[in-house]
Amino acid sequence: MKNTTDKLILGGHEFTSRFILGSGKYSLELIKAAVQNADAQIITLALRRANSGSTANIMDYIPSNVTLLPNTSGARNADEAVRIARLAREIGYGDFVKIEIMRDTKYLLPDNFETIKATEILAKEGFVVMPYMYPDLNVARDLQNAGAACVMPLGAPIGSNKGLCTKDFTQIIIDEIDLPVIVDAGIGRPSQACEAMEMGAAAVMANTAIATAGDVPAMAEAFKKAIKAGRTAYLSGLGRIKENGAAASSPLTGFLQD
Amino acid sequence: MKDRINHMKYLPGMEVLEDSTIMSKVITAMNNYDYNTYTAKDVKRALCADNRTIEDFAALLSPAAYPFLEEMAQAAQTETRKHFGNSIYMFTPLYIANYCENYCIYCGFNCHNKIKRAKLNIDEIEKEMQAISETGLQEILLLTGESPKMSDVHYIGEACKMARKYFKVVGLEVYPMNSEDYKYLHECGADFVTVFQETYNSDKYETLHLAGNKRIFPYRLNAQERALKGGMRGVGFGALLGLDDFHKDAFATGYHAYLLQKEYPHAEIAVSCPRLRPIINNKEINPKDVSESKLLQIICAYRIFLPYASITVSTRENANFRDHVMAITGTKISAGVAVGVGGHEDEEKGDEQFEISDSRNVKEVYDALIKNGLQPVMSDYIYV
Repeated sequence: MKNTTDKLILGGHEFTSRFILGSGKYSLELIKAAVQNADAQIITLALRRANSGSTANIMDYIPSNVTLLPNTSGARNADEAVRIARLAREIGYGDFVKIEIMRDTKYLLPDNFETIKATEILAKEGFVVMPYMYPDLNVARDLQNAGAACVMPLGAPIGSNKGLCTKDFTQIIIDEIDLPVIVDAGIGRPSQACEAMEMGAAAVMANTAIATAGDVPAMAEAFKKAIKAGRTAYLSGLGRIKENGAAASSPLTGFLQD
Repeated sequence: MKDRINHMKYLPGMEVLEDSTIMSKVITAMNNYDYNTYTAKDVKRALCADNRTIEDFAALLSPAAYPFLEEMAQAAQTETRKHFGNSIYMFTPLYIANYCENYCIYCGFNCHNKIKRAKLNIDEIEKEMQAISETGLQEILLLTGESPKMSDVHYIGEACKMARKYFKVVGLEVYPMNSEDYKYLHECGADFVTVFQETYNSDKYETLHLAGNKRIFPYRLNAQERALKGGMRGVGFGALLGLDDFHKDAFATGYHAYLLQKEYPHAEIAVSCPRLRPIINNKEINPKDVSESKLLQIICAYRIFLPYASITVSTRENANFRDHVMAITGTKISAGVAVGVGGHEDEEKGDEQFEISDSRNVKEVYDALIKNGLQPVMSDYIYV
């Protein structure tokens, strides 16, 4: 399949890039180069950072041709997330919103229950809702029923760079849910992003892995390439991979004579 | 002195958290902390661990860790970058009053120290805030001396309401109060409360805090928990290192913060790292008890044990030390600091609490951060 017809569709909007780039944790001057090198069409930003006056305002550094994906980080429940999303729309950041609701400042794990509630409210209000979630199949189904545009299961805790710790559970969601599944959080290196794409993830979101690299724009490019490679591999249909050992040369069914 | 009141007994009107076990856990663990028993092996294990335990923290604060300062700094920097990237949050303190009813023998604001006292009225507060906001800062820390009579909760509340007109984040560093008072101040716009325990050794504490509400050790120690019960988003901790055995005080500070976050998982946790500085009219305190190296060891141990905590480095430290520590483990820095009453818009109206070493203005600190490869952030919070 040619990449020109391979589009990521979120809430009716089409994207050719499958790499969603974070904008936090690194110097503002590097954002533009990172976006370019990543070929990113969507960039996330925390509204709490964006709404930040005239000095060092992150909004002054984000290229105008990318789609903004404001997130609700800082929200501790559905009500706060809903208010942050509405505020983002009011000040002109568009209809996309990534719901992040955390009640834990140590691991920053998402609160699935509150996330479902916020998704239901915001989807009804016409937002393109992209919920960050812990990979639980039942929750993913509830989010789909609530009107989410995708689901964003975490690979590992935010900032941990540990990779696909939730691999098996994320695979279940990819196999069972009819929405784009975007692996978010914890992806620490390009090879892990590639693996997520090989599994059938629709896109990968990364921030810390790039922000903490020695060369931010170069790492953004490495992720872009890895994500493209993984996507192509997925579309090509992976060859047979034996998980355990080799194929037996003396099959158990060799005795059959008919 | 026989006429001193019992520092472990709550005074009338002070809220008691009957069910809280945090103080007893902190004090018991601190008393049992024998830092001379830790070895290089313990330190190496702590440095290699993925999630550090309280035992790892104890090892990192021990003398055995001292030869590993460079490794600790590297590990601390890695944790800082993972959790905060290169973001450094900027703020400035505003002293609105320096009346104090406490007699703390090491503090320039103590009620027996003959200094110029002042209290800004609401118009003066607004002028100060206007001047500060023009520097680009979006976070302010309001301070008073500890006088509930001269600076009552209502007065502080009015200052918070005014602060919300000019700033995105309003922190408080005022006297400890009951949870209903914290709730009121939260409604007025404050959302962060810092209380310095000074020392967690109650016997030593008693000899330093001779009079006033501050003398009541457990009421102060439980202030952060009352603030969280009152709805505050986050709380800050700090021992004044050098008042007593700094190993034990640093251990207690970190464990206190750890336990409170565990009990209140949504709470944001901040740690400040002041050490004694010379004060007006007192030349006997030797600020060298906690050397720069030891202070760095403590700050790195805080970061490695509490990777999610905000860490502030005081203007009591000089610019060179602050700039380097910010690049390793700090996440929050004050700039344009005046520690007398007022002083941002007009001349100071009251004397200073202590001497500062880093007198750089906002732009100078901002530029130093950029030069250091760090990203100054003016606000990272949104009220909704």
